[in-house]
Amino acid sequence: MQKIVVKICTGTLCYVMGGSELQLLGEHIPTELQERVEIKGATCLDYCNQTGSGNAPYVLVGEKVIESATIAKIIYEIKEQAK
Amino acid sequence: MAVTTNTMMLRRELLTRMIKHLKEGTLKENIDRIPYIMRPRDMDPLRCCVYKDRAMIKYRAMGVMGFGTDDEKDEMTSLSEYYDRALDRKKIEKEPLSVMDAACSACVKVNYVVTNMCRGCVARPCAGSCNKDAISFYNGQAHIDHQKCVNCGLCQKNCPFHAIIYVPIPCEEACPVGAISKNEDGKEHIDPEKCIYCGRCISACPFGAVIERSHIIDIFKSINSPKKTIAIVAPAIAGQFKTPLHNILGAIKKLGFDEVVEVAKGADVTTKNEAEEFITKMEAGEKFMTTSCCPSYYMLAARHLPEVKPYVSHTRSPMYYTAEIVRQQNPDATIVFVAPCLAKRFEAYSDPYVDYTLSFEELGTMLIAYNVNASEQSEYAVDKTIDPISRGYAASSGVMNAVAVAVGDKAEIIPVVIDGINKDTIKELRKFAKACPGNMVEVMACEGGCVNGCNVVANPKVATRQVQELAKHKYDNNII
Repeated sequence: MQKIVVKICTGTLCYVMGGSELQLLGEHIPTELQERVEIKGATCLDYCNQTGSGNAPYVLVGEKVIESATIAKIIYEIKEQAK
Repeated sequence: MAVTTNTMMLRRELLTRMIKHLKEGTLKENIDRIPYIMRPRDMDPLRCCVYKDRAMIKYRAMGVMGFGTDDEKDEMTSLSEYYDRALDRKKIEKEPLSVMDAACSACVKVNYVVTNMCRGCVARPCAGSCNKDAISFYNGQAHIDHQKCVNCGLCQKNCPFHAIIYVPIPCEEACPVGAISKNEDGKEHIDPEKCIYCGRCISACPFGAVIERSHIIDIFKSINSPKKTIAIVAPAIAGQFKTPLHNILGAIKKLGFDEVVEVAKGADVTTKNEAEEFITKMEAGEKFMTTSCCPSYYMLAARHLPEVKPYVSHTRSPMYYTAEIVRQQNPDATIVFVAPCLAKRFEAYSDPYVDYTLSFEELGTMLIAYNVNASEQSEYAVDKTIDPISRGYAASSGVMNAVAVAVGDKAEIIPVVIDGINKDTIKELRKFAKACPGNMVEVMACEGGCVNGCNVVANPKVATRQVQELAKHKYDNNII
């Protein structure tokens, strides 16, 4: 089965605006989904330049952009895509 | 402390906006507009209305320019006037914290509240247990008289319906030394004689009412002057961005600093001196020695634990030694200490060599405003003479590890690590004066160490891993 790729932005803006916590995502993914998910770092996804700093941090789950990302929001989206 | 909250994001947004203008040289003409841009009329207010939100942003902006709320003598003074004053000043006021009283008054005076669950029962054990006669009944429910209540909690313990709740005052609960308390108007006030500058109240207040005096304007003045400006950077920096240390230090240099020096360099000296001091003291028969490099702990011992004070090491902090080395080579330069916490800002005020302090949070927003990517590959040459173990100072046990290696077999070390100052560990420390379970005590005010300082940007768990990994090896450009 194709893996769901999660790209976490580690650009300076995302990191300063709370993105560093998302580095702990791996520890929070439910066991049954762990095989389905691949977490990748991304230096800067460049969404910050498109919409302004209000909505950082950004994360890509598959094709979907998550704004003001939190671990809970990312896991919710992973579950949706894993259905 | 780095749990992301709205007050934190607001502070960082304001800092970024102000620094962008500072960089462009357009702050004076734009600063009074910033509260309106951040809180436009059609936006949902965070407080009662956007007007109050804007007024609070104004006070916060005063903090960014190095003013406290007490500096406001005339409410009509515009932010651009404060900017002019900041440019003209020669030195900055020392006391780093102040409370925005208009933002603060939201908290309760009395911690116990009777909720609607009160059945107005016949037994009335709440009133029966109250020694202050503070409970009366009307409309079929109990009421607590705020003038009489002393917050003993007996009414809550005795209510059979669990109808009385305890409402905490977050800043007062967070302060380990009782330095923040209400004045007669119910507004919080920080006692400068009691404060140990741990910074907990800043993070704890859900209204973001405690503000810190920043040195940003003064640092900008120095960077834009012919004077050399040198950044000395605390070891905790290694965990603040997801990239190897040399990239982070290189990114700091891009902000206009002439040189960037790791404070781990001074930690080498601290380790050596502290180890020698320990050996001498143990040979002289002293019971134990504690570390001294966390200024918040140092202030705790000085202001609240006179019985422990004699056991605090006389060795100076890594910041002191680094600044001393840099000052010897650059007598006329401006030295800026890049720090994870408020306590270090306080320490720097009495340091003979450090001129200003830039917090990690301010640094992070500066990188955003300058569009400098911390992860970009840098040519920065890391100082290979620094002992890697010194980079571990930023995490709990890091100082102990370094000193233990330096002491080696010259004396027996029985380590005790106090990981975080709170009401319980203060009690524990007080007992040490009579009977200490070891002979070398490391104390860090923040749980986990400097990586959990009140001004960090990275999640402390993530940062700790990076710092500890770095301390294990000789510097290698590929280690994050």
